[in-house]
This record gives sequence, C-alpha cells and structure tokens, in this order.
Amino acid sequence: MKMITAIIKPFKLDDVKEALRSAGIQGMTVSEVRGFGRQGGHTETYRGAEYQIEFVPKVRLEVVVADGDADRVVDTIVSAAQTGKIGDGKIWVSGVDRIIRIRTAEEGPEAV
Amino acid sequence: MRRKWWAAATGAAALTFLTATPVLAQDEGPTGGDVQAVLDNIWVLVAGCLVFFMQAGFALVEAGLTRAKNVVNIMAKNLADTLIGIIAFLAVGYAVAFGGSNWFIGTDGFFLSGMNPFEIGSSGVLNLTSSTFFFFQVVFAATAVTIASGAMAERTKFTSYLVFSAVMTALIYPIIVHWTWGGGLIKRIDIGDAVYSDFAGSGVVHMTGGVAALMGAIALGPRIGKYGPDGKPRAIPGHNIPFAILGVFILWLGWFGFNPGSELAADTIVMWVAVNTLVAGAAGGIFATAAVWIKTGKPDLAMSGNGVLAGLVGITAGCGAMNQLGAVITGAIAGVIVVFAVFGFDRIKVDDPVGAVSVHGVCGAWGVLAVGLFARYDDAFLGREKAGLFYGGGIDQLVVQVLMVVIIAAFVAVTTGILFFVMKKTIGLRVSAEEEREGLDVLEHGLTGYAADAVK
Repeated sequence: MKMITAIIKPFKLDDVKEALRSAGIQGMTVSEVRGFGRQGGHTETYRGAEYQIEFVPKVRLEVVVADGDADRVVDTIVSAAQTGKIGDGKIWVSGVDRIIRIRTAEEGPEAV
Repeated sequence: MRRKWWAAATGAAALTFLTATPVLAQDEGPTGGDVQAVLDNIWVLVAGCLVFFMQAGFALVEAGLTRAKNVVNIMAKNLADTLIGIIAFLAVGYAVAFGGSNWFIGTDGFFLSGMNPFEIGSSGVLNLTSSTFFFFQVVFAATAVTIASGAMAERTKFTSYLVFSAVMTALIYPIIVHWTWGGGLIKRIDIGDAVYSDFAGSGVVHMTGGVAALMGAIALGPRIGKYGPDGKPRAIPGHNIPFAILGVFILWLGWFGFNPGSELAADTIVMWVAVNTLVAGAAGGIFATAAVWIKTGKPDLAMSGNGVLAGLVGITAGCGAMNQLGAVITGAIAGVIVVFAVFGFDRIKVDDPVGAVSVHGVCGAWGVLAVGLFARYDDAFLGREKAGLFYGGGIDQLVVQVLMVVIIAAFVAVTTGILFFVMKKTIGLRVSAEEEREGLDVLEHGLTGYAADAVK
C-alpha cells in the first residue's frame, strides 16, 4: 500500500476531490496547512505598512491506496490541481507498512 | 452639552418651576409642558443608553485590531473601565464635574447627595431630573476613559489600567467637565463675544481621552516587534477585521445618542444634529479611504474604519452649530488628518495599536477648532449666530477654541503624565517581556479567548 500526500492550492481542493471520486477513491483526509516553496510568500498591507506573509495557506491531502492504484491517483491529482502558475504544490508517495480499519479491526487491502 | 447649566436661569428656569409638580397629581391631567418635560427626560435617557452601548463598539474595535493572544485582556479592560468608571463617577466624579463653589473643581454632591432624583428639572439643567442628567453624564465619563485602552493595548499591566480608570473618571475627566459644561473656567475666558463652544465634547471627551491615550502609549513604549532592527515601523495585524468594522458601526449608532442627546431636550434640533453626525461620519470614512488609497495603493479597511470614527469625533463639537456643508467638510478633513496622524505617530515611535490617539486626540482637537471656522448657528454655547470665521464671525471664536484646546491638552497631559510616571516607578505599568510575548490572556487572566473544544 502507498500513502499519497499532496500539498495543493486551497481553491483546488474541490476539483481534486471530485476527480479522485470519479477515479474510484472512497476516502481521503485533508488539513489546512501553511508553508512555502519556491513561491516564497506574498506581501500584505495593514494600516499602510507592508509585511511579508511567508507561510502561505495550503491544503494537505492524504490518501492511502493499493500499490497498483498509486500512479493513476497521482496523475489524477496532478491534472486536477494544476494551474501552471507558481505555487501549485507538491505530491509525494511513501510506503505504508500496516493499515487497520478501527471499527472492524480488518487489516490489509480490505481496510483501505 | 448644548445648554450651560447656569444659563438655565431665565426661560428654562421658569419652565422648570412650572412643571415641578408631579404630573399625576394634577386633577385636570398633564399639561403640554408636563408632557414635554417627560419627553425630554425620556429622550436623554434613551440617548444615554445609546452612548452606553458605545462601550461594545470600543471593545470590538480594540479586540479586532489587536492579536488573538490578548483578546481576553482587551475585553477585560473594556469591561473594567466601564465598571470602575460608573462607580467612581457616582462617588466622586459627578460632584467634581457639576458641584458648585469655584471655577476649578466642584466639591459637593458626592454620591449624588443632596439631590432630588425624581423631580423634573432637579438637575438644574432644563427639564432633566438629576437621575436623567447623571445617567447621561456617567456614560460620557465611561467613554472618555475607555479611549486610552486601545492605545495602551497588548502590554499594560491590568492592575495599573484599573488605577488609571479610577483616577481618570473620578478626577481628571470631571475637572475638564467642570471647566466647560460645568460652567467653571470657560466663564472666565471670553474674547469679544466669543465663549468656548463644544456641543457634545470633541474636546471635553475625545481629546481628553486621546491625550491620556497618548501619554499612556508614550509611558509604555512600543510593543515588542513593532519596530524592526532598522527602526522602521512594522505591521502587527489585528486578528479579527469583522470585529473591528462591527465595532465601528456600533460606535456610529452610539453617536446618535452622544451628539443629538447632548441637546438635553426633545426638540427639533435633535434631528438636525443627528443628520450632521451621520454625514460627517460618512465624509470621514470616504476621505480617509481615499487618502490611504492614494498614499499606499490599497484601500486599507481598518483605516476606513478609523476615518468614520475620525469624522464622528470631528463633528462632535460643532454638530449643533454647523449646517450640513460644514459637517461634511469637518468630517472630510478629519478623515484625511487621521491617516497622516496614524503614519506620523508610527514614525515617531508612539505605538498606538488601534489609532486612538489619532482618532480621538488629534481629530478631537480638530473638531474644537472647526467650530471657530464653520459655526453658522447659535448652539446655545456660542450665544450668537455666524460665529465662525467663514461666516464673518471674525477670528475671536477660533482664538478661544485654540486656547481651550491648549488648556485641556496641557492639563490632561500633565496630570496623566504624572499618574503614569508614578505608576511606572511603583506598581509598574508594563507586563514582563515574557508575558508580552506569550500573550496577556493566559499569564495575566488565566484564560484564552478562543479555547479549543477538543485539542487542549
């Protein structure tokens, strides 16, 4: 099993969620996060004084899938979240040792 | 206040005497005068309620423009200065403001002693009972003291602020009231026909609060992080802009009690004053927005809010003497002034998180001066029509207004300056650096403003 973690633009969450649903993904977890990459940040002004927002609001999306589905899911996220402008985010894929459904204590692919 | 209490002598006193008998005791039913007398009292009471609600506006503006880690503290200060202000003004302040004896300070009527709270006209001011008049005055005192809270936000020791609140509402503000609306000092200052005019208190209330706020901000020094290593001011954004703007609207609503209520009677001048108040606030908001937009390239919303308040503070003195054109011009100029004042105080390292010194202090002074320029009608203080420079009244009124600005500002600066200095040397004025970084809420009050439901 693989865990796919994607950092995306907040306003792209709806598109990504719908694309993943259409691709047959049944569940996911999201959190509101802040960070910066090459985009850096942006400036805001308050009472006439400019200040730097370095940690830009993003959404982190996590989904665990069977090994064979990982590439397809990554492609789906990329095409749904892409705007082509700086700050679109990142995706990384990592291995998952165990997965357990708490309600039934099932393990393995059935628990995904 | 429109009517000087000592000026109640002729017509007003006669009316007071005629209506002094209780309404219900008359067999033939209430006369027109009786009805008017009760209406006067009811209106001033309702206006006082609106002024009281301004406390909510101040609390929200200040909370919105400061950080979440200090929101309990700012709310606590706003509640505490109301509580202390009410009791201190009852015990001492009202007597100091309106007691008789000499031009400097009133010395009788502590705890409202010797007053007949039920009788029409018993306050000595038109038809108002002493209860009505006290109610209206005490909510003004609470307004004057709470102005400083915003300028001193995010770094003041809670106990020190309590002491300041008590001294301000028991002595400093009431002395200014005694000199002006109480009929003290200003009776001795006249140039030609000109006597100081300040209908609802641009100078008496707002500049007094604003100068105290300035001295507080200076005595405290800027918040940690307000100035970078290069000495340049840095933005410390407020945590809740919706609070701040809701607060502005609440204050604006309250001002329809503050200014029109200061007529101290239910007559047709009340609505005139309300319109002046309305248009001056709008003009202030527009011109402040324009000024900050041109200067920085962005229509800064917090500054627009300050602009509305600046316009309202500006018209507070002249709302009974000006026509609507005068009110719009006064408000508009206040809106421009407040933007440059905020930037100016930032530059000279006076850290005022909410702009209280600029809004109330600077625009309060402007409002007083504006009477000398734009006074068209007799507001009962002026004693003559067309007193303003631009209406052919000559320079006298302006000179008197300037003189009183200097006197009030100097007195408040010296007294609050001494008070803050003494507190700094004794009980301490500012929290520790550690407490300031962590936020005052937890370390000073043991409470957070926004407690989490699950993650604790």
